[in-house]
Amino acid sequence: MSSEQKLSLQEQQFMGKINAEEKIEPKDWMPEKYRKNLIRQISQHAHSEVIGMQPEGNFLTRAPSLRRKAILLSKIQDEAGHGLYLYSAAETLGISRDEMIEALQSGRAKYASIFNYPALTWADMGAIGWLVDGAAIVNQVSLQRTSYGPYSRGMIRICKEESFHQRQGYDIMLSLVNGTQEQKAMAQDALNRFYWPALMMFGPHDSESAHSAKSMEWKIKRETNDDLRQKFIDQTASQIEFLGLEHPDKELKWSEERGHYDSGEIDWEEFHSVIAGNGHCNRQRLEHHIKAHQEGAWVREALAAYNAKKQAKQAEAA
Amino acid sequence: MSDTIKDATLEYAVRLGDDANVLGHRISEWVSHGPFLEEDIAYANVALDYIGRARMFYGYASELADDGRTEDDFAYMRDDRQYHNLLLMEMPRGDFAYSQVRQLLIDVYYNLLLPKLAESRDDTLAAIAAKAIKESRYHLRRSRDWVLRLGDGTEESHRRTQAALDSLWGYTHEMFEMDETERLLADKGIAVDTTRLRDEWHRQVSSILTEATLSVPEDGWAVRGGRIGYHTENLGHLLTEMQFVHRSYPGCQW
Repeated sequence: MSSEQKLSLQEQQFMGKINAEEKIEPKDWMPEKYRKNLIRQISQHAHSEVIGMQPEGNFLTRAPSLRRKAILLSKIQDEAGHGLYLYSAAETLGISRDEMIEALQSGRAKYASIFNYPALTWADMGAIGWLVDGAAIVNQVSLQRTSYGPYSRGMIRICKEESFHQRQGYDIMLSLVNGTQEQKAMAQDALNRFYWPALMMFGPHDSESAHSAKSMEWKIKRETNDDLRQKFIDQTASQIEFLGLEHPDKELKWSEERGHYDSGEIDWEEFHSVIAGNGHCNRQRLEHHIKAHQEGAWVREALAAYNAKKQAKQAEAA
Repeated sequence: MSDTIKDATLEYAVRLGDDANVLGHRISEWVSHGPFLEEDIAYANVALDYIGRARMFYGYASELADDGRTEDDFAYMRDDRQYHNLLLMEMPRGDFAYSQVRQLLIDVYYNLLLPKLAESRDDTLAAIAAKAIKESRYHLRRSRDWVLRLGDGTEESHRRTQAALDSLWGYTHEMFEMDETERLLADKGIAVDTTRLRDEWHRQVSSILTEATLSVPEDGWAVRGGRIGYHTENLGHLLTEMQFVHRSYPGCQW
């Protein structure tokens, strides 16, 4: 048997598992492109959790009540934890966390573009939890069924905590709209600024999406960008109404025929510009990450030196 | 409870609340600035413990005050002359060595103080302390480990850690000083007599520092005043940031 035929047999077995809805595990054979595609997606997801700590961390020290501060701390702590699970899931594919961080800092790896928008008022903490975490959950619920075992299990665990995040965001918005005129205006302003970028989180239209077709075939992705976005648009419309806020999409209209909301078009020029690195905070977010990493270099070196000394002592004693 | 004891207990609860609130705030400044992700998680976790304590102490203070003031009124509506935290809590975030050394000094202190406070004749203070003991045990494990690694790590980490220790040491003395209010409460079995903790604290801290190859600073230099609102210049800036949103929209619910 030639090596080509052998490979195709492996490939057939791989596709057989995928089609039978069996999970692919780290030690299983997988096509190199499947591995690369997963590393790209999982590390991007991990980086998003980590970079996402910045806009919220920026408001921790100004949280308007101790209760809100405690909740926000706990949410950020969860996010850092999600970053860890996801880095570990990606590591099972044969890449190290250092390599992933290097790819992030050099701009080769992406993170969710939503974090390139600034968090300016307390209401933004509400909008981020409600809309950004809300959009993330729609995507992640679908990814619980992703074909790669460690990623799927990570998603199941993460989804449980994310729904608490979304509720806390919506709860901030509820307090604001039930408060003073100024608070309500703050809530409306945050909704206006975060609604469209939240829709962009689902990525380009299916027809434009570079990675979609193969990812769907391999069941890395289980639903298309546009389908997921539609779910989010539908669920958010009634939430906005309940808050008594004005919907930022003036063209939004219920379609009896489709059983979904029809909506206005996303500003794709803005989408591409932010992805290309030209958003409000792209540079700031990366510079922040690099600075913290560089400032921590001596700590990591000290840790390594201490552990080496300790090992040497143990070896001597043995 | 007599009015004198009640007023003194209120002041004591506010002091302990201020300690927790100010330190929790400082630690929260580390979020997304840690040397690696695990440390961001640990910092958020420790900050959360302290903010939780602040809420419990202020909550008790508002119960005792019984004048409509809430935990947030204590945190957000007082200026620095009215804050009565220990100075050590308000010192800036500094570098990683500075924060870990501060934490070690405080963690050893709380691991001595809280078990005593858990025996307080005031049931609420005792209950808060009992809950906090478990947290402080974990905090100490972490700060002790870090001071050992940094002290006995590289030349740079040793230098930074010794420098942090030298610049913080002068703020530790007031942890073990009592004024009339605390003396009165200690006599009634309500507050902890911290003067009695000093020797054991010094013994434990010295032992860790020596193992970390660090020198224990001399005691000549001491700064005090936190308990009477005579602060360092750091606190005003911290409160400015902490209280900005709350005070910009007076009377709002969040």
